[in-house]
Amino acid sequence: MTAAATAVRPRAGVRLTKSRQVLLLLVTAAVVYVLAQLFFPTRFTRPYDPDAGLFDWLNGVRDWIEGQTKGPFFEYFITPVRTVLTWVVDLVTGWLNAIGWTGVAAITAALGLVFVTWRTALALTAAFVLIGLMGLWSGTIITLGQVVVAVVVALALGVPLGILAGKSDRFLAVVTPILDFMQIMPTFAYLLPLALFFQIGAATAVVATLIYAMPPAIRLTALGIRGVASETVEAASSLGSTGWQILRKVQLPMARTTLGLAVNQTIMMALSMVVIAVFVGAGGLGDSIIKALRTLDVGRAFDAGLAIVLLAMILDRLSASASQVSDRRLTGKVPWSTRHARHLMVVGAVLVVIGIALGLTQTWADTFPSAWHFSFATPINQFVVWISHNLVLITDGLKNVVSAWLLDPIQTVLTQSPWWLVLYVVVGLALIMTGRRAAVWAAAATLGVLVLQVWQPSMETLAQVLVAVAMTMLIGVVMGTWAARSSRVSAILRPINDAAQTMPSFVYLIPAVALFQPTRFTAIVAAFIYAIPAVIRLTEDGVRGVSPTAIEAAVSAGSTPFQVIRKVQLPMARRSLLAATNQGVVLVLAMVVIGGLVGGGALGYQVVAGFSQRSNFGSGMAAALAIVLLGIMLDRITQGAGARREIRRVEEE
Amino acid sequence: MTATFPAPGPLAQARLAAAQEPVEETAISVRGLWKIFGPGEHKIIGTRLADLSRDELRLASGSNVAVRDVSFDVRPGEVFVVMGLSGSGKSTLIRCLTRLIEPTAGEVLLDKEDIGKASQARLRELRRHRLSMVFQHFGLLPHRRVIDNVAFGLEIRGEPKKARRDKAAHMLSLVGLEGQEMRYPDQLSGGMQQRVGLARALAVDPEVMLFDEPFSALDPLIRRDMQNEVIRLHHEVGKTMIFITHDLAEALKLGDHVAIMRAGEIVQIGRPEEIVGAPADDYVEDFVQDVPKSYVLTLGWIMREVRPEDRLDGPEFPSATVIRSAVHAAATADGPIKVVDDGKLVGMVDRRLILSAIAGTEPEA
Ligand SMILES: Nc1ncnc2c1ncn2[C@@H]1O[C@H](COP(=O)(O)OP(=O)(O)OP(=O)(O)O)[C@@H](O)[C@H]1O
Ligand SMILES: [Mg+2]
Repeated sequence: MTAAATAVRPRAGVRLTKSRQVLLLLVTAAVVYVLAQLFFPTRFTRPYDPDAGLFDWLNGVRDWIEGQTKGPFFEYFITPVRTVLTWVVDLVTGWLNAIGWTGVAAITAALGLVFVTWRTALALTAAFVLIGLMGLWSGTIITLGQVVVAVVVALALGVPLGILAGKSDRFLAVVTPILDFMQIMPTFAYLLPLALFFQIGAATAVVATLIYAMPPAIRLTALGIRGVASETVEAASSLGSTGWQILRKVQLPMARTTLGLAVNQTIMMALSMVVIAVFVGAGGLGDSIIKALRTLDVGRAFDAGLAIVLLAMILDRLSASASQVSDRRLTGKVPWSTRHARHLMVVGAVLVVIGIALGLTQTWADTFPSAWHFSFATPINQFVVWISHNLVLITDGLKNVVSAWLLDPIQTVLTQSPWWLVLYVVVGLALIMTGRRAAVWAAAATLGVLVLQVWQPSMETLAQVLVAVAMTMLIGVVMGTWAARSSRVSAILRPINDAAQTMPSFVYLIPAVALFQPTRFTAIVAAFIYAIPAVIRLTEDGVRGVSPTAIEAAVSAGSTPFQVIRKVQLPMARRSLLAATNQGVVLVLAMVVIGGLVGGGALGYQVVAGFSQRSNFGSGMAAALAIVLLGIMLDRITQGAGARREIRRVEEE
Repeated sequence: MTATFPAPGPLAQARLAAAQEPVEETAISVRGLWKIFGPGEHKIIGTRLADLSRDELRLASGSNVAVRDVSFDVRPGEVFVVMGLSGSGKSTLIRCLTRLIEPTAGEVLLDKEDIGKASQARLRELRRHRLSMVFQHFGLLPHRRVIDNVAFGLEIRGEPKKARRDKAAHMLSLVGLEGQEMRYPDQLSGGMQQRVGLARALAVDPEVMLFDEPFSALDPLIRRDMQNEVIRLHHEVGKTMIFITHDLAEALKLGDHVAIMRAGEIVQIGRPEEIVGAPADDYVEDFVQDVPKSYVLTLGWIMREVRPEDRLDGPEFPSATVIRSAVHAAATADGPIKVVDDGKLVGMVDRRLILSAIAGTEPEA
């Protein structure tokens, strides 16, 4: 630490710009690296040892915990929760199965009809039918059932907690860091510990999903409550309202738009997580993807991926519109009791009754008749073969160039550096970019990785993250700036970005595998696709936020467009760019780790191996913890002053 | 610029002294009220820190004195105006009166009951029946129709729907909003929205109405309409009103008594003519120097004693008449104006006094 501090902090009087400081840091590190390679090349490196004592110890901990199942913690908490959740999931799935695909499709149609338009209703119903035609109906019902249960529980817990956080400053101060932490935690990391306590099964999937989907419910509810003008609350108090009356008659109704958003976000997050939760036995659509990817059957994976995307679209569209409509109705903008609306309700009700009746009575309505099935697998697989024959120069070229010129060197440097040199750079960067507290956190996280005996795989993951972040930032900032300067580009990118951001992360693996087969580069590509929408959006918002007067001043002084971008817009959007980097890093890490599944190796693979083999639990657990620590480290370095606030501000808009 | 004239005449001075006597009957009485925001809220009063100025204290302790040792009495049925610049603590003061903000120290007596000592339930009771408030940005509920906004206070205290809607409809007609019952607040103009706010505060039939800069968000013409509306309502319903404003003209127009606030303290309390005619310090003087004196000062303020040589065939005016209203009579009459209170001759005003009042200079002895 002192080394970093003296290197970074110039002597009194001389102030280096931040980029000079970074340069100085990297140059000193490079010199030390070269010296280390010359004089003690392997002394401070930490190659991976699969038989490290810590892993055995972790296995022992697992055995001990598993031996505790008769203890009070399991008896009075874990087991009841698991039993109840399993029962509820079975119940909901049972209902969904009982009303059959006709019932589910009819409910979708009715909701679409009442809340959106008949055209949307038709499209959404068609989407459900398409899922069925692809032979994925039963998997969809499993996934849907878990989403429903997880969302209901997440809202039942999250909304009251959010109300509390909205009303009490002290409670907000307590939950905010927890929520922030959960937001940077890569989803993949907490499945393994959960499985340890809840065992493999639908209940664990629901718990994992719950944990993942609850933060936005809490945060948005609190935001909605706090967004109510203080004078309005005062007006109600001044007339003698009780706290409960204020909540019910003022705060909740006035926060309804944000509450609707909370429901929508919770649903989308839940769907995303349920798919990843296949590793703890969620089954359903995620399972179809995993199976297909394991056998490299891109075509089958495409079917399942498409089904998930369609399901996401349906849920998003219905939940977003439902909250908007009830909003308009509450403010009287839509005359709800008009005859037209009542007719729609009647038509919807009739549809639902017919659909459910068919589902209950007709066997062909239970699951999709297999005679109707078809699949995109064959054409997609043919397409993949075609790519591998015709585009191989491009895809392989890209893959090989990036691997050989970027990924390999970075990975070599990171894994061959003395561990303390990495620590030096981490601490130095955190000090320069963010501040002292961040540096302490980053240092602690780095040392934690060292202690966990997974230094080398962590450095490999880090190398992939760095490459993916570099690609994402480079292209994301260019696109974002372009979109900010051209409303036409923005109009094209916005809906794509919006759609991409509601998509469950898992499906991004599929195109990456189709193009690049399972390699380290595949994980990077998937991470790139996953993270770039957020980076584009934050950049665009930041650049757009630059005051027009500043730009006019630059233009009137004779700047070229490029000068305006480089000297005015990007510097003035610095905070947003920092926020974009932070967000990009967090998202990339989450996805790179999942990419361990498709050839990414490193930490992600170790976690997956931890699920599949009992003896690998210890190293999987260590890897999962290391992922969290990497997340903390990267987040703290890139947080900057106010980056978190900036992200939240943009999210809230 | 030297001393502002007109200084109170000798007769007016005697009346001023009489006005300083304690008020025997009060609707609201505030004694030693403090509000300090920040970490040291309860550690400052009574220590040497309390003597520091606002800025010094903020530097020394990180706490912000919003209201400092404020006392005043409000007579039943009067309009009491608190005037001060932005940040002087007016909003904090008025919120302390109903404990929307908890005061740090001091007492607020509503008809001899100490509001500060009321339990939460009692406080709600007082708010539901005896005090109500009108807000700068209206504070209406956008998801409720106008009529249900007005009925909100009645709903809160549990009145049945029919009764409260009837009462609310009556209030709406009182503020000139018939026919708007079923609309939503965002379909109304700013002035109309504030009428809804007024009606809501009136609906609970309170003894005291509090106004926190109710017209600041409105444009000037509508503001004047609303001021006249308040004057009219005050005549019709006769409520005690405490009215916050940062606009001196508004304060002088509406107030029976005006208190001037600066940096959390009250620097002067008095009738409008006292504020204008005898500013307590340079700060107040600065404020009032552009006010046309003859619009505010009364004949009682400038009159002199009756001299034996005075002609008594001039016009008669009550002492509370503002100077401007007597200009025409003074210009046309031969003799000086006779100032009468309850039919009794109390003083004389001649042309010279009127002209020098208008000119703002000392009359020669
Ligand atoms: N909740 C609070 N926390 C800390 N300081 C506050 C708070 N509310 C008000 N203040 C401070 O108290 C002082 C008085 O504020 P107040 O709002 O009462 O002024 P005001 O006279 O109503 O001004 P305006 O005309 O702008 O409404 C100001 O310095 C303000 O910054
Ligand atoms: Mg104010």
